[in-house]
Amino acid sequence: MERIPILRMGDFLLVTIQVDMHDRLALALQDDLTSRISDTGARGVLIDISSLETVDSFIGRMLSNIASMSRVMDAETVVVGMQPEVAITLVELGLALPGVRTALNVERGMDLLRNSRQNNAWGRR
Amino acid sequence: MTLIAEVIRKHEADLTSDWIQEMASSTRRSDLMKDSELKNQASQFVKALSSAVEGGSTEDISGRNFDSVRDLLDEISRSRANKGFTPTETAIFVFSFKKPVISRMQKEAKDPQTLLNESWKLNELVDKLGLYTTEVFLKSREELIVRQQQDMLELSTPVVRLWEGVLALPLIGTLDSARTQVVMESLLRKIVETNSQVAIIDITGVPTVDTLVAQHLIKTVTAARLMGADCIISGIRPQIAQTIVHLGVNLSDVTTKSSMADAFMIALQRGGYTFVKKTDVA
Repeated sequence: MERIPILRMGDFLLVTIQVDMHDRLALALQDDLTSRISDTGARGVLIDISSLETVDSFIGRMLSNIASMSRVMDAETVVVGMQPEVAITLVELGLALPGVRTALNVERGMDLLRNSRQNNAWGRR
Repeated sequence: MTLIAEVIRKHEADLTSDWIQEMASSTRRSDLMKDSELKNQASQFVKALSSAVEGGSTEDISGRNFDSVRDLLDEISRSRANKGFTPTETAIFVFSFKKPVISRMQKEAKDPQTLLNESWKLNELVDKLGLYTTEVFLKSREELIVRQQQDMLELSTPVVRLWEGVLALPLIGTLDSARTQVVMESLLRKIVETNSQVAIIDITGVPTVDTLVAQHLIKTVTAARLMGADCIISGIRPQIAQTIVHLGVNLSDVTTKSSMADAFMIALQRGGYTFVKKTDVA
């Protein structure tokens, strides 16, 4: 079964979704990501969805859930590169992804993660 | 050959001059159109009509033999509408053609029955042609209205780049669902294009803000946030501030500023800029 690769970059995990998300894939990603966070002790997760062109309510909720789960595991999550159509769809579906940080592209997302790590005085060293 | 066709063909030139004389000065509108142009239109019409009635039935003006007449009337109607003729004047221009033809037919006709039949046919034909000009007039107006509506929809939502990473969206006019959709799409597209982090939505030009408009604004702000850009709503007038509070609309998740200048300052500060007056430095 195909899986979405999770790359490690220093303290951060990088998830790039480059295929159309279907429900099983999203569930697998949820499992993989949470176990990778616990294995690596990652401090931040960056989910790049710039290639994602369609979302439904399920995928929207999965994104929101994945973000909340990583936050519970003390890893800041940033969703980057959302397409305009996807953003409009999510808003119309009433999924505003509260609490999820967003950025325009991977670079900005990385900056955001680094900054929030520096500002966090309680962070592990 | 029918009497109509015969008469029109035989007296083509005379009919044209009679017709021009016939046109009352009120419908002629020499202030809007030169005599030479009128003559030109009239003679072209008579010529086209002559070949049309020779070519077949006079009953149906949508037939192939009337193609050239219809094209000509299209052109006449459109050009007259542009010059400022009313549709009535244009229709009367065509209707006034009846009289000269009927008086010629009277002279040519062999018996009263034929005359009656033929003038009835002529009557019907000219009426249809006259009404056709009105139809064309309406159609051209309709096209104009549709085009202007589209223009307005596009023009009314300009997304302006104020600074590197700062966009502004000055909204003018009432916000309804269709317009919000256009606004939202163009803003989001521009955010991707220009890689902007802050967008200022200025609602100074929005006359009223009700719950629906507020809902639309919040949707736009949320969509921009999902893409990673912050929105600031500016230009909130005192009355609008009052209505928003009275309606119980929750704008607490959105940064709001009373003027666009304040919003721009905040946007620049977020981008890491500081501004110092030259005299203060020295």
